[in-house]
Amino acid sequence: MKKLSKCYIGLVLAFLYAPIGVLMVFSFNASKSRANWQGFTLDWYRQLFSNDALMSSLYTTLLCGFLAALIATIIGSMAAYGLAKNKGKKSTLVLSVAYIPMLNAEIVTGVSLMLLFTLMGLDLGFFTMLLSHITFCIPYVILAVLPKARQLDWSLYDAAQDLGCTPTQSFWRIMFPELLPGVFTGFLLSLTMSIDDFIISFFTTGNGVSNLSISIYTMAKRGIKPEINALSTIMFAAILIILIVANVSAAKKDHNKSKRSMRI
Amino acid sequence: MKKNACLIPLYVWTAVFVLFPLAIVIYFAFTRAGGTGFEFSLEGFSRLADPMYLGVVLKSFKIAIISTLVCILCGYPAAYILARSRSRAKFIIVILMLLPMWMNFLLRTYSWLSILENTGIINTVLASLGLPKVRFLYNEGAVILGTVYNYLPFMIMPIYITLLKLDESHLEAAADLGANPFQAFLRVTLPFSVPGILSGVSMVFVPSVTTFVISQLMGGGKVPLIGDVIEQQFRVVNDWHFGSALSVVIMVIVLIFMHFINRGDVESGTGNGGRILR
Repeated sequence: MKKLSKCYIGLVLAFLYAPIGVLMVFSFNASKSRANWQGFTLDWYRQLFSNDALMSSLYTTLLCGFLAALIATIIGSMAAYGLAKNKGKKSTLVLSVAYIPMLNAEIVTGVSLMLLFTLMGLDLGFFTMLLSHITFCIPYVILAVLPKARQLDWSLYDAAQDLGCTPTQSFWRIMFPELLPGVFTGFLLSLTMSIDDFIISFFTTGNGVSNLSISIYTMAKRGIKPEINALSTIMFAAILIILIVANVSAAKKDHNKSKRSMRI
Repeated sequence: MKKNACLIPLYVWTAVFVLFPLAIVIYFAFTRAGGTGFEFSLEGFSRLADPMYLGVVLKSFKIAIISTLVCILCGYPAAYILARSRSRAKFIIVILMLLPMWMNFLLRTYSWLSILENTGIINTVLASLGLPKVRFLYNEGAVILGTVYNYLPFMIMPIYITLLKLDESHLEAAADLGANPFQAFLRVTLPFSVPGILSGVSMVFVPSVTTFVISQLMGGGKVPLIGDVIEQQFRVVNDWHFGSALSVVIMVIVLIFMHFINRGDVESGTGNGGRILR
């Protein structure tokens, strides 16, 4: 039974990683074919950096992701803080409206924003794509920050003021550090959603501005260039390294903490 | 900082970029271009009765329902094994299951083409063994495979998180009262995990029924779904009224779904991964 379980998990992982493995392996393939192995090469990695179209869509993706995550984090964290003490009907209503972009079908969100921008007379492009990304990132930030905001100890806030802090100071010195882990998670979640988004960007950008997903979609109709495989192999490796480093440093921190508490 | 003032940016943003755009979609859905401007009309909806579009809608549902069922059938055992496992490797496996989401989903889906196409890896292997080639792509099965591939982790995670909360003593109690392991699973574990399954269903069904990318890549345009028709109406045909009517249909489907899932969530009080509903 135990063996069977292990086999099953292995099978699921194999299913999830098969296309990723194929993609990575073929980013080193000497021929342009995506199924026949013709020898090892790093050519695609070299050509990647001279492919202006790809580099500019990478730049668009990262800039849009960073700005959208930043603005969504500010708006979403403020909202979560505002809802911290409020658990009544009002907060349920506010949340169910605020979560619409997360729960609704992406295509509907995309289409509705496209109609809005077109009717407002805005030219579809980077700016409209950024506005859309902020819109669908805000709910994820609220989702990440709200649990932290609800755990806040308000007597500390009052105590800080009794000890001479202004309300602003007591917010930044006492409350904000408590919220910070949630704010950080919200930012990362937003960045991830923004970088991976295709459907909403597809409807809300135009005038030749395209992020990576859109470039891939356009390419898929004519045949994917191996450079993009090289690029995503690099990006995947980068994420993997960041995750490992984050986990190792978190484990170290835990370790140190438990050592310290033992000493006390 | 005043707490209500903190909510103002959210209110403004939601009003301008969420509620108002949805109102525009609903407005377009119920109008048509008349002689002097837009006039009230249900034409967008009545066009859905056209056998061609009705077929597309039914096919989208069929594919989404099958994909969701396959995700439950394949995902449940995985979630169950992981939740019950005491191995230290289990957290690494959970991370491994989420990791593919960080690679662009279009590329991952596209990569299936190199595995499955007529000159692809599987067929090359088959040919070298002297076996006949199999046509995997450009049919409903391929679209279902693409959907299951993309959304399986969204099914596994909520079920896994729900099952983690199951107190082992319930199972021991069931055994003490004479239930065999299978009965205990059926009467204790399975009902306990229903909220997890429901949130998994909402996370798989909604994107599957509205996808247009997977159907285009894996179906090669031969299996059009609602998403494809909406995309065409807005990007090619420019019939905003019909496209909006279809979007309204999708919104209603989502609302019905959320209603059921929400109820399950409130009753059990359990949250879920990814999309927590309150």
